[in-house]
Amino acid sequence: MRFLWILMLLPGLAFAQGFAGLGNAPQDGFATPERGVSLSFPADHGSHPDYRIEWWYLTANMTGPDGTQYGAQWTLFRSALDVGERPDWDSPQIWMAHAALTSADQHFVAEKFARGGIGQAGVVAQPFEAWIDDWQMSGPTLNNVTVQASGQGFSYALDLRADAPFTLQGDAGYSVKSAAGQASYYYSQPFYDLSGVIEVEGVQVPVTGQAWLDREWSSQPLAETQTGWDWFSLQLDGGERVMAFRLRDEAGQPFHSGTWIAADGTVQPLANDALLLTPLAIGQSVGPELPVEWRVQVPSRGLDVTTTALNVDSWMGTLFPYWEGPIRIEGSHSGVGYLEMTGYD
Amino acid sequence: MTGLILRTLLSHWRSRPFQIVTLLLGLIVATALWSGVQAINAEARASYAQAAATLGTDRFDSLRPRGAQRFDQRAYVALRRAGWLVSPIVEGDLRLDGARFRVLGIDPVTAPADLPARPDLQGDALTGFLGQAGLILTGAQTAGRLPADADLPPVRVMDGIAPRTLVMDIGTAQRLLGMSGQLSRLIVLPEAQDGIPPLAVAGIEWNRIAPRGADGGIAALTDSFHLNLTAFGFLAFAVGLFIVYSSIGLAFEQRKPMLRTLRALGVPLRLLMLVMVVELTALALLAGIAGVALGYLIAASLLPDVAATLQGLYGAQVSGTLSLRPAWWLTGLAIAMGGAGLAAADTLWRTARMPLLSAALPEAWHGAQRRAQRVQGIAALGCFALAAVLSQTASSLTAGFVLMGALLIGAALSLPVMLSVILGLGARRARGPLAQWGWADARQQMSRLSLALMALLLALSANIGVGTMVMSFRDTFTGWLDQRLVAEVYVTASDAAQGQEIQRWAQGRVDAVLPIWSTETRLGDMPASIYGVAQHATYSDHWPLIEELPDAWQSLASGQAAMINEQMAGRRDLSPGDRITVPLPDGGEWPMIVAAIYSDYGNPTDQVMVDVDLLSERFPDIERLRFALRTDQTAEIIAEARDRFALPSDQITDQAAIKALSLAIFERTFTVTGALNVLTLAVAALALLTAMLTLQLMRLPWLAPLWAMGLTRAALARAELLKVMALALLTAILAIPVGLGVAWVLTNVINVTAFGWRLPMNVYPADWLRLIGLSLLTAAIAAGLPVLRLARTAPRTLLGVFASER
Repeated sequence: MRFLWILMLLPGLAFAQGFAGLGNAPQDGFATPERGVSLSFPADHGSHPDYRIEWWYLTANMTGPDGTQYGAQWTLFRSALDVGERPDWDSPQIWMAHAALTSADQHFVAEKFARGGIGQAGVVAQPFEAWIDDWQMSGPTLNNVTVQASGQGFSYALDLRADAPFTLQGDAGYSVKSAAGQASYYYSQPFYDLSGVIEVEGVQVPVTGQAWLDREWSSQPLAETQTGWDWFSLQLDGGERVMAFRLRDEAGQPFHSGTWIAADGTVQPLANDALLLTPLAIGQSVGPELPVEWRVQVPSRGLDVTTTALNVDSWMGTLFPYWEGPIRIEGSHSGVGYLEMTGYD
Repeated sequence: MTGLILRTLLSHWRSRPFQIVTLLLGLIVATALWSGVQAINAEARASYAQAAATLGTDRFDSLRPRGAQRFDQRAYVALRRAGWLVSPIVEGDLRLDGARFRVLGIDPVTAPADLPARPDLQGDALTGFLGQAGLILTGAQTAGRLPADADLPPVRVMDGIAPRTLVMDIGTAQRLLGMSGQLSRLIVLPEAQDGIPPLAVAGIEWNRIAPRGADGGIAALTDSFHLNLTAFGFLAFAVGLFIVYSSIGLAFEQRKPMLRTLRALGVPLRLLMLVMVVELTALALLAGIAGVALGYLIAASLLPDVAATLQGLYGAQVSGTLSLRPAWWLTGLAIAMGGAGLAAADTLWRTARMPLLSAALPEAWHGAQRRAQRVQGIAALGCFALAAVLSQTASSLTAGFVLMGALLIGAALSLPVMLSVILGLGARRARGPLAQWGWADARQQMSRLSLALMALLLALSANIGVGTMVMSFRDTFTGWLDQRLVAEVYVTASDAAQGQEIQRWAQGRVDAVLPIWSTETRLGDMPASIYGVAQHATYSDHWPLIEELPDAWQSLASGQAAMINEQMAGRRDLSPGDRITVPLPDGGEWPMIVAAIYSDYGNPTDQVMVDVDLLSERFPDIERLRFALRTDQTAEIIAEARDRFALPSDQITDQAAIKALSLAIFERTFTVTGALNVLTLAVAALALLTAMLTLQLMRLPWLAPLWAMGLTRAALARAELLKVMALALLTAILAIPVGLGVAWVLTNVINVTAFGWRLPMNVYPADWLRLIGLSLLTAAIAAGLPVLRLARTAPRTLLGVFASER
């Protein structure tokens, strides 16, 4: 569950209106996700130009040699004006990327845009390569990649390794987004071990940590009354991973969904009522005020934790702004994770 | 009390409505010409700025490959993937029904956010801009000029796009221009400042071109043109102020008794001055508003010609319609006030120093005029000395105009002295009392007429100077065109493949196929074009060389020699035998010796001419589109080529058509100059008329005794007319040497510094006769009305002179 949904959600944002031309016309030739279709790897690591939107979304929680905590984000979005791929400037594919590096007192953001069709940006499934300009995520397989990006005041180069299979979210990769049935294909790799180097204002720092990759694609807009969401990835010290989100709805109760991932990779979907997300404290000084402290409960698993932002000002002041940053977990379990919040402005 | 004083002062104008009309007219005309010229300049500069902003050349660095107009877009991707923040641009000319449009293809996704025509990523503007159908964004005016039946993408009107420019997606532009997979240049984004990897990516040597400022560099080229206009505007303004000066001076003389009475009644001097300043300000404001409005009309009617000239000369796109700018209104009003203040300063000063009790004595002023003449004479000598020094040393445009100013002012200031001397000589030779009186009276009258005569002198000499320059230029230019345009047919292919086909097709049919290929590059820090020409008698027999080494043409083939145009030789101080180095696209250099210098009128940029085979070998990406064909079957060849290659008429032309076009551009260049010339002369005539009218009122005391001695009013009128015409004739004759001086400055100083070419100066005596006739006519018209009034003056009025104290 990730950021680009907002583009489909808010009529005021024309990346959806103008670029993707979504408007109110869902029947425009784009493929829609269907329950029961099994995902196939590595082919599905590549791009799906018949679907309107897609992303490769990596977040990482890292620690420096002195114990300083950092967060990193690397995201490549694809948005299609029209179905399929065409060569050269005729390509209807538009690419956008965000990179961020966060510490307790600093938050660096950069973004990039590119047209498809000319080779400036794209994704190849095997050997895996996702790139836009000089940012890239590449390696022999998606479980063994190097990620790099740079922007004003920061850069990073991170090696990611995972042995675990990819986690299929929702119903075997079919993830429902609303009570009305809007859905996407959604899988993750929540088990990356990370080592690498970050550079903050000219100073290089070696880091180690964990990373989480989300892959998602769809063509369906969210329900018109859904105004935004809060999305969590939790990496618990015991090795479990939790994905949880709620979609806020101005017409009624929020829609909750999540996945409990055991340390061995076994997956259990969390239904709407199996999950409780409660905002505790409002904060942030650079963007709109939004909840930077949360209580996350999964009663069936005995999880009852409080999450606090490493940096309350993890505001992504990009063309389409949102909040995304590393969090600390305390309570019944401890650990680290990432939080994304949209639709608060 | 202030109101009362003001009313008293204003009552003067009520009794002499004509005086206030001339005062206002003078100020209106002066303001109008000045602000009209300013409006034209402002409009042109605004157009340059808009064009530069649309193209992004005002703020952003550009990357262009060395020695090629286009390059493979894979180089762009390679640069982006190396971390360069650049955005691609496709540019080119699109010809539709003979009209030429500038196509600008941008990539809205990577273009800088503040590029004016970039559709907003967050707005609806992007809808339809991308994609196969495409969308053209352009201004309302340009949209109206697009032919309705052209096969173009849909057009959307948008503000802030430069004239004749069509903005579209880069893919659409590539399709329209036939540049699939090719780009023209890259904009370097402002964020891309630190940590830039080396430039030599993708096997291309890049030229990084710094932003050319708000006017896109075109101002440097067009400066001379605008300076010309400004000089003319200023001349007209100065001539207009003569009118104002003489009107205000006269009003002062006539109001002297009134001012004295007011002072004697106890009005403090300071209050009196204040009221006079208020009065003047009100008049200036009134005239300023009218003047600016008139200036707007003048500018609006001249602007289309100016736009055509700038387009023809420099390729600068200037909007043909005038927009109203508040700043311009305000400057117009300020200049009217300033001018009125300048013209009235003398009068105000004399009011302040006016002795309270002495009686009105116009002769006292006359005496002062004589003293002034001495001062003027000395000032004139100073001006001439300055002009003499500058004529030897002036090397900048500004110095050139200072030289011209010194020459004109010196001539104007010395005019009264010269006329006095001539009239004095005439008086000594005169026989009979009437003739003696006539000469002496003319001399006496001249002190009052001299300002108007100076205005006439300025207008006439500017006229002769500009006329001589334009005609010399036209003769030289026509002769030069005959030399330069020797080939019978000129053809431009639509693309490189067609270029090859045309070359193959023409080879057997015509006597010679001569490629004319060129590329733009930078030599040192200035742009220059490199032209390739074939070894052929067409060039060696006709090409207009100014200076050359022996065997200049043969030496081109060796690759060790080049020819350069006169402007380049002048700007870079090069002579035959000097060395130049042309940078090559592969990073190498091409050193050559200057074998010859050729004249190249009408071209603002530096040019190097080399052998075409060597050029295309060393610049492999050069555009191979243009050919000159030698044939004696011009019509047949053109018809056949047009059919066979579907060439539109502007891509295949015969020599005559190109000549006609060049001459048409030439003529248009001077339309505006001609119009301003005529207006200046008209203003001078008006100055003469006002001076004559005011003089006539003052002269009754001089004429009345003659009438009393038995001269008829008609005879007096004839004598008056004769005197004025004689003075005008003398002025016109004196204007000839001054005009030739102006022409010399224009051809030998201003043209050289502004354009880089020197012109032979010819003289056109027939034109002088025409001007002398014109000035006599001017004088006759100006004197006609006052003389007519004199002839009809009631005897009672003449008698009154003896009865009343004035």
